[in-house]
Amino acid sequence: MEFFQPATWAEALQMKAAHPEAVPIAGGTDVMVEINLDHQRPAAIMDLNRIRELAEWERYDGMLRIGAGVTYTRLIDELGDRLPGLAMASRTVGSPQIRNRGTVGGNLGTASPAGDAHPPLLATDAIVELASTSGTRHVAIHEFFTGPKRNAMRKDELIAAFLVHPATGPQQFSKVGTRNAMVIAVCSFAVSLDPTHRSVGTGIGSAGPTPLRAPRAEHFIEDVLLDENLWNRKAEVSASALKRFGDLVARAAKPIDDVRGTAAYRRHALAVLARRCMTWAWNDYRLAA
Amino acid sequence: MRIGESVLRPDGPAKARGDFVYSSDLRVDGMLWGATVRSPHPYARIVSIDTMEAGAMPGVKAVLTHQDVPGRNLYGLEIEDQPVLASEVVRYWGEAVALVAAEHPEQARRAAEKLRVEYEVLQPVTDPDYALTSDAPRLHPDGNITRRVKIRHGEADPTADIVVKGEYEIGMQDQAPLGPESGLAIPDGEGGVDLHIATQWLHIDQKQLAGVLGLPPEKVRLTMAGIGGAFGAREDLSMQAHACMLALKTGRPVKISYSRTESFVGHVHRHPGRLIYEHGANRDGRLVYVKARILLDGGAYASSSTAVIANASCFAAGPYRCPNANIDGMVVYTNNPPCGAMRGFGSVQNCYAHEAQMDKLAEALGMDPVELRMRNALETGDEMITGQVIDGPVPVAELLRRVLSMPLPASGEFSGRAGRVLDGLVPQGEGGDVELTSRPGGVSNATHGESVVRGVGYAVGFKNIGYSEGFDDYSTARVRLSVADGRPRVEVHTASAEVGQGLVTVQAQIAATEIGVTDVVVLNADTRVGSSGSSSASRQTYITGGAVKAASEAVRERVLELAQSELRAASGLRIENDAVVDAVGNQVIALATLLGDAVIDETREFRPRRTHHLDPETGQANAHMQYAFAAHRAVVDVDTELGLIKVVELATAQDVGKAINPIAVQGQLEGGAAQGLGLAVMEEIQVKDGVIRNASFTDYLLPTILDMPPVRMDILELGDPNSPYGLKGVGEPPTISSGPAIVAAIRAATGREITRVPVRPHDLTL
Amino acid sequence: MRVSTTVNGTPHVADDVWEGESLLYLLRERFALFGSKNACEQGECGSCSVYLDGTLVCACLVLGGQANGREIVTIEGLDGAKVQQAFVVAGAVQCGFCTPGLVVAAHDLLNRVPNPTDAQIREALAGNICRCTGYAKIIDAVRLAAGSA
Repeated sequence: MEFFQPATWAEALQMKAAHPEAVPIAGGTDVMVEINLDHQRPAAIMDLNRIRELAEWERYDGMLRIGAGVTYTRLIDELGDRLPGLAMASRTVGSPQIRNRGTVGGNLGTASPAGDAHPPLLATDAIVELASTSGTRHVAIHEFFTGPKRNAMRKDELIAAFLVHPATGPQQFSKVGTRNAMVIAVCSFAVSLDPTHRSVGTGIGSAGPTPLRAPRAEHFIEDVLLDENLWNRKAEVSASALKRFGDLVARAAKPIDDVRGTAAYRRHALAVLARRCMTWAWNDYRLAA
Repeated sequence: MRIGESVLRPDGPAKARGDFVYSSDLRVDGMLWGATVRSPHPYARIVSIDTMEAGAMPGVKAVLTHQDVPGRNLYGLEIEDQPVLASEVVRYWGEAVALVAAEHPEQARRAAEKLRVEYEVLQPVTDPDYALTSDAPRLHPDGNITRRVKIRHGEADPTADIVVKGEYEIGMQDQAPLGPESGLAIPDGEGGVDLHIATQWLHIDQKQLAGVLGLPPEKVRLTMAGIGGAFGAREDLSMQAHACMLALKTGRPVKISYSRTESFVGHVHRHPGRLIYEHGANRDGRLVYVKARILLDGGAYASSSTAVIANASCFAAGPYRCPNANIDGMVVYTNNPPCGAMRGFGSVQNCYAHEAQMDKLAEALGMDPVELRMRNALETGDEMITGQVIDGPVPVAELLRRVLSMPLPASGEFSGRAGRVLDGLVPQGEGGDVELTSRPGGVSNATHGESVVRGVGYAVGFKNIGYSEGFDDYSTARVRLSVADGRPRVEVHTASAEVGQGLVTVQAQIAATEIGVTDVVVLNADTRVGSSGSSSASRQTYITGGAVKAASEAVRERVLELAQSELRAASGLRIENDAVVDAVGNQVIALATLLGDAVIDETREFRPRRTHHLDPETGQANAHMQYAFAAHRAVVDVDTELGLIKVVELATAQDVGKAINPIAVQGQLEGGAAQGLGLAVMEEIQVKDGVIRNASFTDYLLPTILDMPPVRMDILELGDPNSPYGLKGVGEPPTISSGPAIVAAIRAATGREITRVPVRPHDLTL
Repeated sequence: MRVSTTVNGTPHVADDVWEGESLLYLLRERFALFGSKNACEQGECGSCSVYLDGTLVCACLVLGGQANGREIVTIEGLDGAKVQQAFVVAGAVQCGFCTPGLVVAAHDLLNRVPNPTDAQIREALAGNICRCTGYAKIIDAVRLAAGSA
């Protein structure tokens, strides 16, 4: 096993170009488990902790550009007000020790369907910034996940950052786990309301080969909100519409039976989570001063 | 330091500083690391093993297979049926097949990977009911029934006004002690070996190792290393023989330390069970009969299965008076992971069933479930279904009364405020808003109070303390009094395992109390002193405590004899605070002065009263020597739409006879209840086709601090006339009825008939 | 490879380190600091909690090479007497395998929140599994340590 420790981003990209087999490691919360439990013996590992710009975030063209190495703890502390959905999801990641090390960049790199950051990123149309020695490219989050633990990265690329709009309205995140802390999602759901564009974003976790959106549910509820002039009236969404929204989210899922839960339960629970999240988010919108 | 006082554990400071040496912390210069090659199949014939390539790997010093086992390649706690290294056949997924020793653990792992084993894969027997059929392959020479226990009590065909039936299923629980199986074997250069090991019973390890290594016991010396929890997982051999074999072969010290994943295949688990029950009662609620068929899956090897099924059968009716019983208990071999001892030992599985049945019966009778239990509660002098007349305090009704009368926690008042979850999102560690963490799902933000229903449930359970069925239960203690630095000092030496329960404190308290000396040191356990038996069956405070008491009394008598003969003093002398005092408490002589250079050294064995084998046809016998009881009340919030559970509070009452160390007793009641909670709502080794699918702490979920509620405790000290100080074993009852109370509360909240544990979200929603 | 790091204020160097070794392995097997425990080695139990440049982490999830040039504080070097004493006095120690990790995590909590509520204690310690105590006395210990500030 080789160990690379680039000091700069440029150096990291050169190393990745020269050693495309090198597995990047940041917080180690995925990679180290694989190594410690002898599931994986990468030919090379590249430590990204030394690269200062990866741990920075900034405003960028109306969005937030958040370095791939920003930890969950910092996301909660520093960006919780602007990215409430992501912050809520971050709070459910592991434990304080894990949130102090784990990063959204790592979550994206692993691309597990159960990654907690994915649903809020999907719900907010985040963009993943990939870089290599041949340049930088932006991939829309809904095109980023290509299969179970697979993503759109090329072998020579590293995740530089993700870009996301600061919330313009309420966001919610909910997850089901069979323990009251430190649990991998049986399924999860995120919703984001954008009053400016009168749009609703969704994200589903742990209920398909990849994290998913629920476009039909989004369109349905957007239509309800527009048709009944609810954005302006700030009136309640009908129970039947909320239920339908939940059902459409459940229908968008492609769950399987596994050690954490059954497909049927996942669908059932997603419908509940989606209905509740939408209810909470909408009430937040209605009742906001 | 006296008994009855809350005494801080002597090893506490070292443990809190990180200085305490556990078995996985052992290290000597020049030591090798051992790794174990394990079967990838639950059932297969071994066609060939080729060690060439593995042996040629960098750093490798030895590769061993069954051909290298120096002695008899079979061991077992009750039946010698398990090979140290599989020879002809592997019977479970993860069974040890070969060993490697290398300079670095990674070299050992990589070499292990290069061992070539050719298997002829066989169809595994994974269903215990199928294992009973004549179609099933015989997994062991005597067939697949490891033991059948029949209990026939009272009339053969009793009839009753009200009959309730039920079928229950219990999942496979793991003890999951945090300290991994680990130890260090050091060859002595003369053919013998010293093993530093974390085990529940040094002498049974020694006995089994001597057989396996082909050595006389005195050539296999064991020294206790720090134990990171046990709960039954350290009763059987795991890496002991393997490390010794590698050390003897290489002539170098060998350390083996399992990973968490390996630990899941490296020790036995709690038996999963299928229990079919029928209760008959009169209209007034008095039990007429209990019929039960209890089938436990023992997995590939016997371990302590034969004793577990005896318990499951003897206590099948629960702590109730029941004139007629027909119990068939069976434990069978399959190709699933081997099962054996875990806290509660056979009494946990049946408690879920008999308590569910009592609730069902109460409903059928239109009776309050606690009232029904009290009406049938065993009392002193009652006959159990084994025919044993139960003596000593039997406070079943009293325990129920006490948990019933404890105040209930405030009802869950959820504000219903929507979307204020971010209130909790102040910087990390400053979160923890009460509202979110107190709800089902916790910070996962699954409910803001929607569909949350509270339920309250009750359960009571019991089990035996100590060994049963004629097994020679005894412990040995050596107590030595001398003068050190001008002060009298007592050393207590036993081979007993301090697994975390606080035995080390209790031994010191007993010696201090009996001898009247303040400076008591408990020496590390090893095989230079006689056996203490195992730290299991909640027996050590009773049995080893009894041995320490006896040896301490002997030391005291010799001191007083000495004082009387030296001083020609009157009788009625006592020892208090390091001095001999007269009948009115005046100091006669300081112990240090009296003793001078003299050493008083006494060794005693202690045995409780005898027990007897169950009659093979009727299961009637005085099979157990003491019984301990606990009752629990659980308050649970259930998100009935999502099936998520938050246990809000547990309340318990338990008779401990005499609390030798009250703070430790509380710790047992709280910790034992947490393990009960785990089995009730989250802990299960999921086995499919003989393969464990969740052999890690990512997917085998243990209760966290956000899952375990406060425990309200009422500790009774009713005094058993037969035991030292009147004490009763404490450790296991908390794990028996806590889970069934939680499940009863979930039933109350959901109205669902829950017949399987752990309760899964989909069991409550689909 | 070589790893140079500062542990508890003292420079430590290890040579011939296999690249896959975790910081936990380095601490235990190369620096003989066995206080950080190896219970799960997957970040699920918190028994190996240490400070890495002042941040609470699981040492098992830090690759040895990542610790190069960093400052590590382990249970052996913690200014944790108050917390340690509280754990002993409260009866929060049984087998003790989880204790060092819990002491470090509680120390971190009390540094940030000197007087935590029970809910804050629970959320901050949710990554530290204890199999023996049922946690009640651990909460007592943290309250006690906070009160004795």
